[in-house]
Amino acid sequence: MKVEATIGKNMQPLLRVENLVKRYSKRSLAGTPEEFLALDRVSFTISPGTTLAVVGESGSGKSTLAACLACLESPTGGSIWFEGREIANLEERARRQIRPQVQLIFQDPASSLNPRWSVMDVLAEPLILQRKFSGAEIDMRGASLLERVGLSPETLKRLPIELSGGQRQRLAIARALALEPKLLILDEALSALDCSIQAQIANLLMELQSSLGMTYLFITHDLAMAAHLADEIAVMDHGRIVEQGPVQKILKQPEQETTRQLLAAVPRITLSPPSLEQ
Amino acid sequence: MTAILEIRDLHVSYRSSGGGLCPALTGVSFGLMPGEIMGVLGESGSGKSTLAGSLVGLLPSNARITGGNVQFEGKDLLRAKPDELRQIRGRRISLIYQEPSLALHPTMRVGEQVRQVVAAHSSSGKSALNEQTRQVFAQVFSEEADRISRSYPHQLSGGQRQRVLIAQAIACCPSIVIADEPTASLDPTTQTEILGVFRKLREKLDLAMIFITHNPALLSGFADRVLVLYAGKVAESGPAETVLGSPGHPYTKALFHSIPTVSEKSGYRRKTKLPAILGDSAHSSSPLRGCPFEPRCTERMDICRGSEPAPVNLSASHTVSCFKYES
Repeated sequence: MKVEATIGKNMQPLLRVENLVKRYSKRSLAGTPEEFLALDRVSFTISPGTTLAVVGESGSGKSTLAACLACLESPTGGSIWFEGREIANLEERARRQIRPQVQLIFQDPASSLNPRWSVMDVLAEPLILQRKFSGAEIDMRGASLLERVGLSPETLKRLPIELSGGQRQRLAIARALALEPKLLILDEALSALDCSIQAQIANLLMELQSSLGMTYLFITHDLAMAAHLADEIAVMDHGRIVEQGPVQKILKQPEQETTRQLLAAVPRITLSPPSLEQ
Repeated sequence: MTAILEIRDLHVSYRSSGGGLCPALTGVSFGLMPGEIMGVLGESGSGKSTLAGSLVGLLPSNARITGGNVQFEGKDLLRAKPDELRQIRGRRISLIYQEPSLALHPTMRVGEQVRQVVAAHSSSGKSALNEQTRQVFAQVFSEEADRISRSYPHQLSGGQRQRVLIAQAIACCPSIVIADEPTASLDPTTQTEILGVFRKLREKLDLAMIFITHNPALLSGFADRVLVLYAGKVAESGPAETVLGSPGHPYTKALFHSIPTVSEKSGYRRKTKLPAILGDSAHSSSPLRGCPFEPRCTERMDICRGSEPAPVNLSASHTVSCFKYES
C-alpha cells in the first residue's frame, strides 16, 4: 500500500513515511499480553512548503503519528525519511540533531507552557539548550520571534496566565520557530481556541508558510479548517490512512465511507429549521 | 405560554486579588420557554459559564451577584437558601459540564454514579432505585446499556462518558438542563451523535435546555433561539434561523465570517486569509463607557465610544444591541 503525493513530485519530499507501524503492548488484568496497533502501515510524503492535513476521529492514531515523526516515540516498523535521511531508528545522539528541525505545537497552550516562566524564558529555553547563542543574541532573537507571531514587545516579561488563549498559542508557535525548524507538526493546535481566535492563528500559520516556506503536518478533527489550510488531506481510521488526496478531491469525490462520515459530521451553519430524528 | 425560567437584569462580578470588582455579566435578561433549546453563544471571557453557574448557585467564592433576579417555579433562585437550592439542583435544573472525564469518579462504576443522583432526590427502596437507574441508562444508550452501567469511566469512550453525564442530568426528570460546552472535547462525529441524544430527550421528556457553546455551527439546526453574549452583555438574541441566517450585530456577523467552510460557496478560496476578528475580547482593556465590541468592530461610529447601545428590536423577537439600528 503506497500512496504518493501529487504535489511537487519533481521536488525531493521533506518527509517521506513508508509503511510506518506502531504497536503498543499492554497487559490485561489477567496478565495476558494484548497488542494494540496504533499505526498500521502508514505511508505518505510531504513536499517542502506544503501542508498535509491528517484528519480522523479520536483514537484513529493521529497523535501517535505525530509522536513518531517528532522522534518522541520509536516506531515498531517502517521507515521515516527526513530530507532523505532515515530517522526512524536513530540513536539518541543522532535524534537530537533532528529534533530541532521538527517542532510540535499542541492543543492546549495553557498546559504546554510553564506557568512560572515569563514569555522571554519560554522563548529563550530552546536557544539556551542549543548552546550556540550568547545572551545578547538570545534577547535579540526572542524579540524578533515575538514580532514574527504578532505579539507586542511588552509581553516579554509577562507570565502565560496573563496572556489570552490566542496570545498563548502565538507564544507556543514562536517557541516552536525559535530553532528555525523545517517541519511544524500541529497537533490539534487550533481546537482549544475560540472560533474568532482560530481564524487569527490560522492566518498566522498561512503567513508564516508563505514568508518562511514552512512545511506543516496539520493534525485535526476539524475537516473544514483542514480543507482551508491544507494542500492535501489524509484520512485516518483505526491506525490506517484510508484515503489521501488533494483537498478538492477529498471534498468532492470522497471514496471511503469514513471520509463521507467525517464530511457529514462537519457542523455547518444552515438555515433549515430544527429537524427531529426519532 | 409563560417562561419556565425568567432571568432579569442579572449582574455578576468577580472580586479580583487587588480587591476591585470585575464585572462578568452586566444586565443579562432572557426567558426560557418550556421545552425550548436556548443556544448561548460566546467566546471565552464573555460570561457564558458565569451565567450557567449563577442560575444554580454554583459560582466560585469570589463571585458576587450584584443585581437582578432569576424566577423559577415561583422562587427567586438568586435569593434561595442553600437547602432550597439543593432541592432544585439536580432534580429540577441540572448541569452538564464540558469535560466528561473530570466530572466522573474514576474508580466507581458509572451505573452507581447515576444511581447516587437518583438516590439523593428520592426515598424509594433499593430495587426501585435500581430499576429507575436502569431506565435512565436505557434512555441514553440504545444498546449495551447494562454492560456500560457496570463499566468504569476509563473503559468508556469520550462519547459514552458524555452520555453517562447526560444520564445523571436527566435522572430525576428535571425541567431544565444547562449544558456548558458539552461537546467541546468530542470529535465531530461524536458531537453530532450527542446533539442527537439531546434532541431526542427534549422531545421525549419535554426538557428545556440552555446550551452554551462558542461554536455557532453547532447551534444550527439544533437550537430554537440563540443568545449572543459579548463581554458580559447580550449583543443579539432571537430565533435561531434569524440570528444564524441574517445576523444583525457586527460581532455575530464577523464571527460567522471567520469560520472556514467545506461547502463550495462561490468566490471562496482556500489557503487565503480568513476574515478574522482582530484583537482579543480583552476584559481589562475594554472601555468603561461605550460598546464593548467597539475596539474590534469594523463598523464602528463616533457614538460607539461614548455611550453604550441599548437593545433595539429588529422584529418582534429579534433584538440587537448596536447603534447601527437606532434611529
